Amino acid sequence: MMRKLVSAAIGTALAVFAGISFHHSRHLREPVVPGPAVSRVATLGDYFAPLKGTINDANIYILEGKEPGGTVLLLGGTHPEEPAGRLAAWIFAENAELRQGRILLVLSANRSGTTATRIGGAYPADFTIPTAWGGQTFRMGDRWSNPLDQWPDPEVYLHYPSRQQLAYVDIRNLNRCFPGRPDGLLTERTCYAICELIRREKVDIEIDFHEAELQYPVISTIVAHERGADLAAAASMFISSLEGFAIGVENSPKALRGLSHREIGDATGAISLLLEAPEPFLDATRGRTDRRLLLTGRDPFVVRAGRRGLLFEKIDEKGWPIDVRVGRHTSTVLQVLEIWSGDHPDRAVVVAGVPRYAEVVEKGTGAFLKDPKSVDPGRLSFE
Amino acid sequence: MNTIVTVLYYVLTAYIAVLIVWNFLKRKSWQEELLYVIVLIPFVLRLLRLK
Ligand SMILES: [Zn+2]
Repeated sequence: MMRKLVSAAIGTALAVFAGISFHHSRHLREPVVPGPAVSRVATLGDYFAPLKGTINDANIYILEGKEPGGTVLLLGGTHPEEPAGRLAAWIFAENAELRQGRILLVLSANRSGTTATRIGGAYPADFTIPTAWGGQTFRMGDRWSNPLDQWPDPEVYLHYPSRQQLAYVDIRNLNRCFPGRPDGLLTERTCYAICELIRREKVDIEIDFHEAELQYPVISTIVAHERGADLAAAASMFISSLEGFAIGVENSPKALRGLSHREIGDATGAISLLLEAPEPFLDATRGRTDRRLLLTGRDPFVVRAGRRGLLFEKIDEKGWPIDVRVGRHTSTVLQVLEIWSGDHPDRAVVVAGVPRYAEVVEKGTGAFLKDPKSVDPGRLSFE
Repeated sequence: MNTIVTVLYYVLTAYIAVLIVWNFLKRKSWQEELLYVIVLIPFVLRLLRLK
């Protein structure tokens, strides 16, 4: 009997320890200091009522310029285990000044996915970006919605409306559920809400921020819907000659369903682009999966895989630091907007105050995160 | 419909958790007891909606 009590006590201790960690990971609040251009903060539920009040009722920061123009939607956190995308969107939310047009920003497109890490993946629960005022901590998430919000998965996932058969777990992958299903599961409904937002706000360009493992062939590139092919090609040329890094262009495949670059372009009037930056943290051959690897992108095992010719992107001892990955996203968006605005003066989106690649790499991402203690608490938003 | 399936899965989880506890109580060796305790943890965390 005594022995059973000791065993039960050990189990309880382990469960409490794990439970506290998981609770912290799910409920960590991430402050946003809305920048000068943010005119209001809506949520996805305003565009699709059934999402109201759910975990995926994500904030939409609406940035408005003095002059009317076009509208751009930037999606961060489609895959929350790819943090450079959320951080790039954060920089826009806190720093952008808008001269013309509108930017709609979603920092946690799959908010549920930001609240859990990969089962068996040994991911850190959170990570901290150093800042002059001490640092800002973010939730580390996963590629899929949290099973606490959508469970169980079906044996077979048939994508709606194409009926293409996809991996069962991808029914919780936001970037496999577009254009969404109004009476579907949470992830499908979230995609539907994003498409409704795009249709109702007459978005001209939608840009989805991602990161990829170096063993994945679609990396360091802009994936473009056919209506965005010219825009992406021009951006790639200008970036490669002006911004200090190279980025390619890939056409969105017609046969691969559920992805934002394909479905948003097909289902709405927006041009859809998807940006991929290199994230060694995601590589299968990585070593210790900790906060250091997440932020430095330095891993000797991935470097060794590179020497054996197993990777689709270069890597050396310098790795792929988070600032490099975030800067690639900000510069790519700025180039896309500059080219688009030059070609469409009446639908222009003219933005200032957002750092480009060289500046993010030089000063660090943290230099562009605002101290939540520096503003009136009533102005803060939380992700 | 989806909500009903989800609720059924929670019921199933609770049922399995009870079976694990039952097996834990029946064990004679310490090693097996600890094994059941560890197996039980994810079921309890799911029922408490922690993981
Ligand atoms: Zn991704």
